[in-house]
Amino acid sequence: MTTVVTALAPGTRRGFELLLVVLSVGISTAAYALVGLTLGGQLPARLVAVSGGLLGLGLLLHVVVRVVAPYADPVMIPIALLINGLGLVMIHRLDLAKDPVTSLAVRQLGFTALGVVTAAVVLVVLRDHRRLRARTYTAMVAGLVLLLLPLVPGIGRTVNGATIWIDLGVTTFQPAELGKIAVVVFFAGYLVVARDTLSLVGPKVLWLRLPRARDLGPILVAWVASVGILVFERDLGTSLLFFGIFVAMLYVATERVSWIVIGLGLFAGGCVVAWRLFSHVQRRVDVWLDPFDPERIEARGGSYQVVQALYGMADGGLLGTGLGRGSPEIVPFAESDFIVAALGEELGLAGLFGIFLLYAILVQRGIRTAIGVRDGFGKLLACGLSFAVAMQVFVVAGGVTRVIPLTGLTMPFLAYGGSSLLGSWVVVALLLRISDLARRPDLPETRPPSLPADDARTQALRPA
Amino acid sequence: MNAPLRRLAVVVALLFASLLLSTSWIQYVGASSVAAGQGNVRQVYREFGRERGPIVTSDGQPVALSTEVGGDYQYLRQYPGGQVYAHATGFFSIVYGRTAIESVQNDVLAGTADSLFYSRIGQVLTGQDPAGGSVELTLDPVVQQAAWDALGEQRGAVVAIEPSTGRILALVSRPSFDPGSLASHDLGAVQEAWAALNADPDRPLENRAVAGRTYPPGSVFKIVTAAAAIEEGGLTPESQLPGPAELALPQTTATLPNVFGGPCGPGDLTTLADALRISCNTAFGQLGIDLGGDVLREQAEDFGFGTELTIPLRTAESTVPEGMDPPQSAQAAIGQFDVRVTPLQVAMVSAAVANDGVLMRPQLVRTVRGPDLQVVEDVQPEQLGRAVEQSTAEALTSMMVGVVEDGSGTAAQIDGVTVAGKTGTAQTGNETDPHAWFTSFAPADDPRVAVAVVVENGGSAGSEASGGRVAAPVARAVMQAVLDR
Repeated sequence: MTTVVTALAPGTRRGFELLLVVLSVGISTAAYALVGLTLGGQLPARLVAVSGGLLGLGLLLHVVVRVVAPYADPVMIPIALLINGLGLVMIHRLDLAKDPVTSLAVRQLGFTALGVVTAAVVLVVLRDHRRLRARTYTAMVAGLVLLLLPLVPGIGRTVNGATIWIDLGVTTFQPAELGKIAVVVFFAGYLVVARDTLSLVGPKVLWLRLPRARDLGPILVAWVASVGILVFERDLGTSLLFFGIFVAMLYVATERVSWIVIGLGLFAGGCVVAWRLFSHVQRRVDVWLDPFDPERIEARGGSYQVVQALYGMADGGLLGTGLGRGSPEIVPFAESDFIVAALGEELGLAGLFGIFLLYAILVQRGIRTAIGVRDGFGKLLACGLSFAVAMQVFVVAGGVTRVIPLTGLTMPFLAYGGSSLLGSWVVVALLLRISDLARRPDLPETRPPSLPADDARTQALRPA
Repeated sequence: MNAPLRRLAVVVALLFASLLLSTSWIQYVGASSVAAGQGNVRQVYREFGRERGPIVTSDGQPVALSTEVGGDYQYLRQYPGGQVYAHATGFFSIVYGRTAIESVQNDVLAGTADSLFYSRIGQVLTGQDPAGGSVELTLDPVVQQAAWDALGEQRGAVVAIEPSTGRILALVSRPSFDPGSLASHDLGAVQEAWAALNADPDRPLENRAVAGRTYPPGSVFKIVTAAAAIEEGGLTPESQLPGPAELALPQTTATLPNVFGGPCGPGDLTTLADALRISCNTAFGQLGIDLGGDVLREQAEDFGFGTELTIPLRTAESTVPEGMDPPQSAQAAIGQFDVRVTPLQVAMVSAAVANDGVLMRPQLVRTVRGPDLQVVEDVQPEQLGRAVEQSTAEALTSMMVGVVEDGSGTAAQIDGVTVAGKTGTAQTGNETDPHAWFTSFAPADDPRVAVAVVVENGGSAGSEASGGRVAAPVARAVMQAVLDR
């Protein structure tokens, strides 16, 4: 590997980050005020408390980063905060539209606090992401446990057909949201060791260098796990997400297109089999192909939700109806799986473009971090986490807008849900941590001899 | 690993690009086709969630207005004018859309018309919900009510026009319906009402006055034939015409008889004025043969036949067929064969005669006002064209006065006022009773109103019906109402 790393912007850029944090809280506050003015005719009573709380959380994370990760990417926190804030505003707006009025936004604000504080703790405790590499197999076990937890009788809960919840007594939790991070850590740790064997040996057929049969093991395991989630938890989104992340990381680690071909082949095969065998998959595909069939709209588990979301977005048009002026509450679960449609209706195509752009910038900064950081583990970790965000946005928004069948995941930072917010903030914390190292000026003492930068071709031959 | 990372970044960009494309399609390019899907209630919510402007009569009384009631559909559309104005206002229904003025002036009433642009800017700046403008009809409530009452329970229609302006003073079609029953927020009740109205064999939703169906005009068409005889045939009211008891139709074995059985005058001769006065079929049949079908049709077109007017309601086209042979022309000259008219068109014929031969565009809307009550559109009288020369109009007027004074239309006489009119009894086939027609204007020397009345299948008089007996009293009541204003 040729490691020519371009010089990154000098300075910590923390002042810039502070400015952006204030700006993003300002935008959320303005949106929140607008909802109050439109729906209640006056400024919301909790305006100061809510925007102050959001600002406090942003400043907390900013200060923590300033102390423990001074060179971290300055754009990630403001973007995450802004998307989180816009989600809060929309959830609050949907609260007001319900009869009786609900208070999901208050809970979401609590979840936000939990997520931000957790992110701060991760940054303080984990001073160097490379330490995670030593926990590769711990992460694997943790990931598997978290993924399979909903299947444990007694604590698993089935909501809307998908068994992805566990009941913790006081609250329910979607363990896959954290399991996803553990699995990415495991993939990164595993692939950084195995990449040479996976990429260099094997027969060459036409232009593809195929892996040896014994090296196919991991991808088959990942495939089986994904199909298992699909079958036993009926969670199409998570299974798609895991497999997508794995194939992407495998490709980045090995630089071999054959893995993508094999991965996509396995995935396509799995899809066809799942479609033929499972009615819930068939229904989703039918709804995807023709949601406007009147019978399908009225059928149980039919296309009503999708169709209403499409009507809402069409109604919003280019500039949207304006916050509080649409009827996004018509769509069931508008605050969670379908929050994209709600925002599309009231903020319009322009608003939705803005939100997608925020995600795109966040993902791009993550990939930039992966390119910038010098150790292979960090590269794969940053790449896996970034791609997870991209994939999740694509799977959810693509499902709502009929690019792909609806699968049921949450929009990171945007959708209602504690597990999702917690997971998303931890992802940002890890990306911040890696970017701190990636952007740090190249001083000798920042490269501890015990953890050499992973640019050695001889790694596979190194004793373990 | 940087090269595949960069390629992965491209893949991510493609994923996001697909989202931008799909949302662009849904929200912009294909938005209207997406929104047209089944069960889209948002547009309805929006329309019903804003205050819709009222429809008022010429004295400012609302016949349709919106009141705030809360709930999913904020505003309820109500119709104080009820059945009397139903065919003018139309209805505004969550389930079945809108009709008549509610439909054709929807953008004004909803507040989205271009003409309301400036008042809408104000609303946007002050954060108000858009409010609708109001539409003032030309209908005079006294005349409208008189027409409604005079027609009574009979099936038919009445149209009254101010000849000098074309303004429609009364527009009645019976049976009618209650628009409020279709505008209700109780959707089940609306569906029931709709089903009942559509199942009714008398077809109450049909606007018989302008667009429901076209009728054979019968003898009221003789005004048009007489106009052609004077303008094209060079006749005068005193011109002698053959008026036998039966007219043998050329090229056929059929004959055209007079309704009253006998000849139209001594020696089977009559004058044009007398022929109109007693509604002599044989004299007018001969005129049809002499003038030819094309002359009749051209004269009819001068009176407005063959055009689909928007008043702004869409009206049905009244027609005289093309390429008629002599026997057909004879029948057409007395308003039979395939001549079809709307009551509005018949009223336009009288109005043009009354207005010295100048045909005005019939109008149902007088002014359009913005939510702030500023007039944004004042509908001005407009000439459609000249139907006949002034001298012809005067001759026709004098002949029509004869009809009411001592002819077939005496039932339309009003004390102290000279009335001009023409009866019609239109055969509809052997099975059903004839339609009774009457059209008139008054005062004959200074016309203030022109009327057309049709009573389907003879109304309460059944087979005994004639235009003079059944329809003339209705026209009389309407004219009286205008003259009493």
